[in-house]
Amino acid sequence: MADVSVATPSRQDGGASGSEAVLQVRDLEAWYGESHVLHGISFDVKPGEVVTLLGRNGAGKTSTLKSVMGMIGRRTGSVRYEGHELIRMPSDRIARLGIAFCPEERGIFASLDVRENLMLPPTIRSGGLSLDQIFGLFPNLKERLGSQGTKLSGGEQQMLAIARILRTGARFLMLDEPTEGLAPVIIEQIGHTIARLKSEGFTILLVEQNFRFASTVADRFYIVEHGKIIDGFASSELQANMDKLHTYLGV
Amino acid sequence: MSISLPALSAQLLVGLINGSFYALLSLGLAVIFGMLNIINFAHGALYMMGAFCAYFLLNAFGLNYWFALILAPVMVGIFGMVLERTLLKWLTGLDHLYGLLLTFGIALIIQGLFQNYFGSSGLPYAIPDQLRGGVNLGFMFLPIYRGWVVVFSLVICLITWYLIERTQFGAYLRAATENPALVRAFGINVPRMITLTYGLGVGLAALAGVLSAPINQVRPLMGADLIIVVFAVVVIGGMGSIMGSIITGFALGIIEGLTKYFYPEASNTVVFVLMVLILLVKPTGLTGRAT
Repeated sequence: MADVSVATPSRQDGGASGSEAVLQVRDLEAWYGESHVLHGISFDVKPGEVVTLLGRNGAGKTSTLKSVMGMIGRRTGSVRYEGHELIRMPSDRIARLGIAFCPEERGIFASLDVRENLMLPPTIRSGGLSLDQIFGLFPNLKERLGSQGTKLSGGEQQMLAIARILRTGARFLMLDEPTEGLAPVIIEQIGHTIARLKSEGFTILLVEQNFRFASTVADRFYIVEHGKIIDGFASSELQANMDKLHTYLGV
Repeated sequence: MSISLPALSAQLLVGLINGSFYALLSLGLAVIFGMLNIINFAHGALYMMGAFCAYFLLNAFGLNYWFALILAPVMVGIFGMVLERTLLKWLTGLDHLYGLLLTFGIALIIQGLFQNYFGSSGLPYAIPDQLRGGVNLGFMFLPIYRGWVVVFSLVICLITWYLIERTQFGAYLRAATENPALVRAFGINVPRMITLTYGLGVGLAALAGVLSAPINQVRPLMGADLIIVVFAVVVIGGMGSIMGSIITGFALGIIEGLTKYFYPEASNTVVFVLMVLILLVKPTGLTGRAT
């Protein structure tokens, strides 16, 4: 089924379909120092959806996530989450509204052991996964609790990075390239995890280079190029859009 | 050469006392450097303020040593937090040189003001009644106050170590030292933590100042003289390691004490000679992490 808000993702009016969106981004622009990285990003994410931002390296996908999270110094436009305007909010307050971010470089702390890394993000509301549930999802972590965070394998570090934000009670997760550099069997495990989280009602905004992986987990896709959303379609429209997609992504 | 045990132990005790001050001060410097990325050249002036605080609490308000031990670190710590909020916060993202200039300038202003009002000679501060006198250990006479300073400093150092290495607040602190932006994105108010951390480091300096008041006199330049050696201690130990600062502080105090006994001519320079030697072999300091 074609989705109305998907068909015209770049429109500027922020119209009626936005009312049901949990995250509503309009005309988002952002700067790293002098460098203008986002040039008017507009998109919606609805409750319980998995939405993936696709695009080439340097297109502005990571910058979009960081702008939503308030981690980029200068940004304009509008980012609304559950009715709160985030554009002027510092990132610690944004996190307290229930948005959690898993960075591309994973951000595991070397001076903390695995348990400390896992327990680091404060609980922001009830309803987060218990440690038992987390160890059910990622059994490897339980055996490595005493290890230094950065001594884990790449796959285990990724699991730790996802696990620690599931504890906090945040219901909106932003995952930046969770499969980057990982073995196929681990990518599969992360795919199962995302599907499981979706079935439990989490809303997920994903950035991926791995299109094959994204196509297995996402409900909708947006294409980012030169700091703008240039197209978007639902998972069901994927086959019909393959040619366009190859052009966009250069794959 | 024959060794005189009483003389040797007396110098060792002096070394341990100095080591206590080195440890407390370098610990604060390490905590501040880790979190704020600032080499706090105002540390000596804040140590001096701790001693003056004790002096005023006693002479203006009649509050004795034991009150000063708690109140002076709190008061100077609050002063430090105001400094951080009004001045130091602007240093974020700037080169280390700016931090050096600003904190050194603050130190000069504070010391200058105190010198203007109190001159350069020292004000006396009496040893509290409960800690007067001494014990004869057989091989040496131990003044109780000096023993107290060593033990109390060690306890404070270990509490600070525990706070940073074993508690949730410490985990926030260590994580924010590595990646403040991400810690903030987890919902932790990192700017407030930075202010508290500066207050903690400054409070440790003020505490050392109170401990020192009955031993050394309360003088406006008492910190300026000490802080040069403390920076050498920090360079030797390596910035950023808590236990490293504590151990290096005490160890260098002892080495200095031993040098005073065996080769007094070198006692003022031994720390700097060691610094040069260690930097030649290990440029990040003994416990420093290469970055």
